[in-house]
Amino acid sequence: MGEELRSVRVEAERCRGRMACLRACPTEAIRVRNGRAAILEDRCIDCGECVRACPNGAIQPLTESFRDFARFRYTVALPSPALYGQFRREILPGAILRALTRIGFDDASDLAWAGEAVSVAIDEYLAEYRGPLPLISPFCPAVVRLVQARFPALVDQLVPIDSPMEIAAREVKLHKAAHLGLRIEEIGVIYVTPCPAKIVAVEFPPRKRVSYLDGAIAIADLYQPLLAALARESEPVGEVQTVHGLGLAWPVLGGQAACLRTEDTLAVGGLREVARILEDVENGKLSELQYLECHACPQGCCSGPLTVDNPYFARSKILHLVSRYGRQPSRDREQIRALYRQGYFALPGRFPPQPFPPLDTDIPRAIEKRSRMKEILEALPRIDCGACGAPTCRSFAEDVVQGRAALEDCAVLTAEQARRHRHTALAEGIQR
Amino acid sequence: MPEVSIFTQRFEVRGRDFTSAGRASTAVKEILKEIGIPPATVRRAAIAAYEAEMNVVLYARRGTLELQVSPAEIRLLVQDEGDGIPDIELAMQEGYSTASEEIREMGFGAGMGLPNIRKNSDEFRIESVVGQGTALDIRIRL
Repeated sequence: MGEELRSVRVEAERCRGRMACLRACPTEAIRVRNGRAAILEDRCIDCGECVRACPNGAIQPLTESFRDFARFRYTVALPSPALYGQFRREILPGAILRALTRIGFDDASDLAWAGEAVSVAIDEYLAEYRGPLPLISPFCPAVVRLVQARFPALVDQLVPIDSPMEIAAREVKLHKAAHLGLRIEEIGVIYVTPCPAKIVAVEFPPRKRVSYLDGAIAIADLYQPLLAALARESEPVGEVQTVHGLGLAWPVLGGQAACLRTEDTLAVGGLREVARILEDVENGKLSELQYLECHACPQGCCSGPLTVDNPYFARSKILHLVSRYGRQPSRDREQIRALYRQGYFALPGRFPPQPFPPLDTDIPRAIEKRSRMKEILEALPRIDCGACGAPTCRSFAEDVVQGRAALEDCAVLTAEQARRHRHTALAEGIQR
Repeated sequence: MPEVSIFTQRFEVRGRDFTSAGRASTAVKEILKEIGIPPATVRRAAIAAYEAEMNVVLYARRGTLELQVSPAEIRLLVQDEGDGIPDIELAMQEGYSTASEEIREMGFGAGMGLPNIRKNSDEFRIESVVGQGTALDIRIRL
């Protein structure tokens, strides 16, 4: 994990040390030291909750801008279908794709069809799978990292099927190269992302060496230009719909599960809830379920940290699209099944377990450290005030054991000691 | 003999307290991960601890679950104050259960608890006194 480029960075000059990120981080990966937030890279799973929480905009995703795309001769925007829920309800996907070509991309391509195709592939995989259940969705990169880090025993329950964005990017690249007579590397396929986790998935695709995507740009960064472009259109609404199929439902919580043949599914949103469900799975429960759809974001991708609109409103707009355009399949199912049999959707290799680093790589020493950690924790107030710069008394105790913090950093303990000291001094003074 | 470091922590488990059921075994799992126990072993210990904790919640008034970790093994000592088990051999059979209708309606009491504990441990001892309670000694080698 450690050497990977992170999906977000702290802009020190903007950080006021207000600790909102500290409390928001579901993996306790943030510490505030000397009034500035710092991210413990090997505990970060790129969920972007800190980006959402920061009142000063000091935590920025490492997305790209148009300048970065000058290296390509031809650029194609591939927006997450979450983008379709960000504008007024009358503005249909076709208009949004066209607007993307007005703001600087040479072309824009829908990937909802790939969501539907991947759903068919999952159906096929489920039918032949004989291992432990439930299978877990691998499409939210923050969830994948959570499984690898906190539930490493469950990595083989992640479905080994590639994500819609990769499937779509590959199609776009091959098609455009053939059509335009360009080399593959001259075409830049840029993901329009609702979250920082997907940026990491583009830079470090799971189980593969390279991604078919060449970069990612935040929905939030394109929002204003897109609004302006849509406003300039003479006929921005009511466009004949070229985007359809159940894949439109993918960006809302439960959307993936709804596309499947089986009804033995469960959809869970929000990393803390996802962690609770995975605890159950690890305890051997929920094996009556076939498919567990997990999202780091409470409402699914339509509520990603880099989206703009209210998550509930975005959800309702996506569902509206589904009810109007979902029933018409985007591709022939038999054809997709044939592709599945040819390995078109398969992810090579396996998801490696990547547990959070233990207290020590030497087990006897780790046991000793854990015993000291327990003693320290019992002495601490256990109110998780965060004043020491660690999110919880537990993580502070860990920091002390690891030499990253000193016991005196606990404001409550220090204040108590000072009070006791004063009392003794006072008593001595009276005696004298 | 060189001194062996052992981590010990004891958890209280309350009978019939379904809102906090599973907390002790979740904590056990967290600690094992922090110590760096291999994932497959953590999973075995997690299942054993969870089933043992649920047995206390479902069938006893109160109990304790003690985790001991040494470089050689994980040990779970579970003691409860409850009705005890009259026929242990029978209770160890898969599918055998004395669970009430109420417990079964909650999705428990399928008679897999004790067999599951034995399956996931390397050594398993159980003692029970009717009218007093049950004690489990679960060992998983590292």
